[in-house]
Amino acid sequence: MTTASEDILGQAALWRGAGKGVALATVVTTWGSSPRPVGSQLAVDESGAMIASVSGGCIEGAVVKEALQTISDGKTRLLDFGVTNEQAWDVGLACGGKVQVFVERVE
Amino acid sequence: MKREILDRLLAARSAKQPVALATELATGAQALVSPKEMVGALSLPDAARAAVLKALQADRSGTIEAVGRGIFVQSFNPPPRLIVVGAVHIAQPLAPMASLAGYGVTVVDPRRAFASDQRFPDVELSAEWPDEALARLKPDARTAVVTLTHDPKLDDPALAAALRSAAFYIGALGSKKTHAARLARLSAEGFGDNELARIHGPVGLAIGAVSPAEIAVSIMAEVTEARHREAAS
Repeated sequence: MTTASEDILGQAALWRGAGKGVALATVVTTWGSSPRPVGSQLAVDESGAMIASVSGGCIEGAVVKEALQTISDGKTRLLDFGVTNEQAWDVGLACGGKVQVFVERVE
Repeated sequence: MKREILDRLLAARSAKQPVALATELATGAQALVSPKEMVGALSLPDAARAAVLKALQADRSGTIEAVGRGIFVQSFNPPPRLIVVGAVHIAQPLAPMASLAGYGVTVVDPRRAFASDQRFPDVELSAEWPDEALARLKPDARTAVVTLTHDPKLDDPALAAALRSAAFYIGALGSKKTHAARLARLSAEGFGDNELARIHGPVGLAIGAVSPAEIAVSIMAEVTEARHREAAS
């Protein structure tokens, strides 16, 4: 669920319309405690500008980095974040949950 | 995501039509599914399509296993709604607060001096009588109805209409004494105790709210609790 003030898809369309590369990240699975429910989205443009969130702010940096890769190579990505993941040392979820995030380019 | 899918998603949203986006996670292939049609590069067998529509109807997002492939379903339903009866001082902070929380808000008040665009910028206003407005707006299981006028002439018909609907939350402003009198009137109209128990009165969580904005916070808190209690059950 998004708030009226965060028009993620509308912003993605606006960025695309302005000729910018855009990626969408979507929470597709959660385990245990996680701050944003399945279906939550984040849109990123090629400069790294972002709208909305896929977590409480703990993994956004890493998601944006991967999203920029997706913008440049067009490949979809399925990212795993969580305490059992090696990445946890870098971008762990403070709440101890796990999330899986799907990243795609807006063509 | 293909631009065509994004544009169709945005169009469905403006038209307030429910639509689900199905994504094959392994390939990124997508289809947009509504009760009427299915478009996109991902083709789904009938059983999978039915599962997608079921998730959409339940307003759920998640992964379904369809023909051995992981298909992520994201449900895009029109926003939940809040119908506020009474364009009073409390309604002024309540409307934008509910809007920020993702609700489509309509404020109903036949008294033009109250329901002015100046007092309610960017809010959908209705100058209909509350029972007429509710007959038109048809509250459903994703709608909350809150009456704030204190005036039985306006509040009672709205509450009666709300009680006959599937609204997930019904709240009425007024002291315990006012509320008891209100329940007695509605009871005389034929509503039973179980039905009347659906009305939250006095409206809002008891957090000691005093100012209109604080009362709006207590109302939105109670509406939020009711919404997620419904969703969890």
